[in-house]
Amino acid sequence: MSVAAGLAAGAVRRYRAGRRFRTSPAIVVSGSVIVAATVVAVAGPLLAPYNPDLPQLSQYFFGPSPEHLLGFDASGRDVMSRLLYGARTSMLGPLAVTLMCMTLGSLLAVTAAWRGGALDAVISSGLDILFAFPGILLAVLAAAVFGAGLVAPVLALSVAYTPYVARVLRGAALRERAQLYVAALEVQGASGVAICLRHLIPNLLHLIVAQATTLFGYAMVDLAAISFLGLGVQPPNADWGVMVSENQQGIIQGFPLPALAAGICIVVVVVAFNILGERLYERGEARQ
Amino acid sequence: MNAEIGGALLELDGVTVRLPVEGSMRAVLQEVSFVIRPGEAIGLVGESGSGKSMTARAIDRLLPPGAAVNGRIRFGGRDVMTLAGADLKRFRSEVAMIFQDPRAHINPVRRIGDYMTEALRTNAGVPVSEASSRAVALLKSVGIDDGERRLRQYPHELSGGLLQRVMIATALLTKPRLLLADEPTTALDVTTQAEVLAILDDLRTDLHLAMLFITHNLEVAAAICDRTVVMYAGQIVEVRSSSRLHTDPLHPYTAALAAARPNIEATTPRLLAIPGRPLSAFEAPAGECAFAPRCPHALDVCRQARPALIALDGGLSRCVRAEELRGRLEVALHG
Amino acid sequence: MHLRFVLRRLAMLAVSLLVASFVIFSAIFLAPGNPIAALSGGRSLPPESLRTLEVRYHLDQPFLVQYWYWLSNAVHGNLGLSITLRENVSDLIASRISTTAGLVLYASILIIVLGVSLGILSGFRPGLLDTSTLVVTAVSASLPAFVAAIVLILVFAVQLQWFPSLGNGIGFLDQVRHLTLPAFALAVSSLAIVARVTRSAIREEARREHVQTAISRGIPTAQLIRRHVLRNAAIPITTISGITVASLIAVAAVVEVVFGLAGLGAYLVQSAQSKDLAVVQGISLLLVTAFVLVNVLVDVLYAVLDPRVSLGSRAQ
Repeated sequence: MSVAAGLAAGAVRRYRAGRRFRTSPAIVVSGSVIVAATVVAVAGPLLAPYNPDLPQLSQYFFGPSPEHLLGFDASGRDVMSRLLYGARTSMLGPLAVTLMCMTLGSLLAVTAAWRGGALDAVISSGLDILFAFPGILLAVLAAAVFGAGLVAPVLALSVAYTPYVARVLRGAALRERAQLYVAALEVQGASGVAICLRHLIPNLLHLIVAQATTLFGYAMVDLAAISFLGLGVQPPNADWGVMVSENQQGIIQGFPLPALAAGICIVVVVVAFNILGERLYERGEARQ
Repeated sequence: MNAEIGGALLELDGVTVRLPVEGSMRAVLQEVSFVIRPGEAIGLVGESGSGKSMTARAIDRLLPPGAAVNGRIRFGGRDVMTLAGADLKRFRSEVAMIFQDPRAHINPVRRIGDYMTEALRTNAGVPVSEASSRAVALLKSVGIDDGERRLRQYPHELSGGLLQRVMIATALLTKPRLLLADEPTTALDVTTQAEVLAILDDLRTDLHLAMLFITHNLEVAAAICDRTVVMYAGQIVEVRSSSRLHTDPLHPYTAALAAARPNIEATTPRLLAIPGRPLSAFEAPAGECAFAPRCPHALDVCRQARPALIALDGGLSRCVRAEELRGRLEVALHG
Repeated sequence: MHLRFVLRRLAMLAVSLLVASFVIFSAIFLAPGNPIAALSGGRSLPPESLRTLEVRYHLDQPFLVQYWYWLSNAVHGNLGLSITLRENVSDLIASRISTTAGLVLYASILIIVLGVSLGILSGFRPGLLDTSTLVVTAVSASLPAFVAAIVLILVFAVQLQWFPSLGNGIGFLDQVRHLTLPAFALAVSSLAIVARVTRSAIREEARREHVQTAISRGIPTAQLIRRHVLRNAAIPITTISGITVASLIAVAAVVEVVFGLAGLGAYLVQSAQSKDLAVVQGISLLLVTAFVLVNVLVDVLYAVLDPRVSLGSRAQ
């Protein structure tokens, strides 16, 4: 899956915009999942029952047992502990991508929409050209050039996602800029920066938050894929994407639990972010 | 009423429509009855939510799914609600609808020619070339001379006024006997409105078509319709020959509608807005006159029972004080 | 009008590709490490040999000149030498391109045929099928390809043993059999997205006022659905299908790695790990080109399907 397809599926959300936002079970469940994942990302090492990096080679692909609820992985490490430790890198990467790309995207979008004219044309065509790079490809390229690890793919994905964010926000900012209250503020002599910071961006905030939520999910998928390919987080560090890759042989050897557990963690968190993002979009649309 | 049925083209008899809203069925039309004779133009006037569009939709079987209809609608002597197959197809070609917003009511991805001739080609088996030349001829009659070129254009390339004329021409293409015109000029700008209205009126008279003309504008209805039906809260409150509606209204609501419009001839000191807000049928209290809460003439008697339609001077009025108020309605409001 | 649109879009395509190639080249140029050391495999060379290599690979020229040489060679199909395999990158790519193309094509067919049909079915028939489609697609739209891949391997290769889990296969039918699980793994999330968008587009179009007009004119239901609902819904459906198909080009790498397919993506990842930069350059350039071309195709299709599209506007 790509961020392109995901954000384009905003079409889905738009079509259902009429529905009133309610605190539905879906929101409660997805919110709880996100809170739980965040808690684990912060406090994982405290929660983990065993050392995630300590191999007990005799125990590889063994379990589960009451002491080791998810058993041992391909190198004989406790899967549960590795999942709890791995939450940190698995969540931190997408967080960094989301923050960078939302900051960059909003900045470009608001500048382009506010100034218009030649600057808008330059920013817009620059973004159009950036569309040429699929996120994963740019991340692989970055990892090849600057070395495998979390930093290069995170930077690459931030750049690759920015045009998708900026295009939607620019459209929204243009609509907002055309509102009468903006003209009124300009007539009253408010500076452009002040209007943007105090009125334009706050009024786009619901959209920014909704986009950030959805984007987090896609960043998580793409970063996990990069780690799975061996170009992101490096073993023996625990990371959900890495864990799927390390334990892939278990699928064929009749011990699918470690790989599946890591995969399920990714899917559950991503689904939660997607559903919450979708509902936030709906609420924003309903409010307008 | 029975005497008219023999000559009636369309007959509505006690039509009540209920729609499902948030789990419960709510009435939008209550006991609506009127007839349209061949060649006759009937105006249907009321505020938004009064049920006038819903009446047209009920006649044309365009009600939303889940709608419950009681009463009877007959067209050419046949029960419209039970039509099916070839009969329904023929009914659709004999009753043509002109919608309020041509921009939304014409498929934007198909050419004008396709839109105009689709029904002819599909249902009457008319070859494309013949259908097109008939379309061009009708476009000429609505004042569009370069018909061949227009047929090749897409809806977004035409102005709203042109598009509405296209829709009128299209409605006439299947040689219908009844036109249902649902506020056909409301979405157009003022100068275009008059033009389109004149075209519609001329063509209708020439072709001797019956028409149900829906509008919120009493004067427009009076100008092009023989009789006018005034609706309020899903009920008919007055039926009257158009020429007398202004000078001699039979229901306080009609009088109030007339007074709320700017009048060029009479110098009114100020426009009178009707106090309060219009009610939907399901909001109207059951045991009293639906207009009573907003009526300047309401007495206790008006709140004791829902008034029946009473015949008066060749018209009908749903006001218990109609006879008593005769001649005083306009004066009272403008006083 | 359409011609101008296409020309404009082609001009944008040329600029995009030029910039993309520049980015790819300069990224590799800026990469830490000495190209001569890479060429010599780390052996120390006599000065005259160094000089010969520098001249042969234009390493003594300014950056932009080097870019120009690289680009004009690339356009002529010469993408340089693989350092690890000592072979022509173009030949290496040529031997792997059919696997990737087959995989992407197979997955695209699945997405368009199954995704659109599922969307149409649940769009027109509210009820159990519709509800279950909504729930299943909500989850599968978020399914990363490599997770889908291991689940498919577990169920269909290990447990049911219907399909092989590794390798390319020999002969057409065997190859298709080997590509089946990879294609489903690659398609599953896009398929869900396409199904969801199709469903909403159909619901949306069926509610349009012009459909009411057609009903009031007695257009038969089958024709109504075909000419007014499906025809209009085809615009968003085509756009979303195109965007998802384009995205497969990059994601294919992940699937190729899981299933041990000798495709371009797996080779790209392997070269990235071993720092075989000429190969990374070449494959990146090829994939970006394919990605951009599919996107242009989507834009052109969009303009063809929607007469309202204004010149130069992008498919949203």
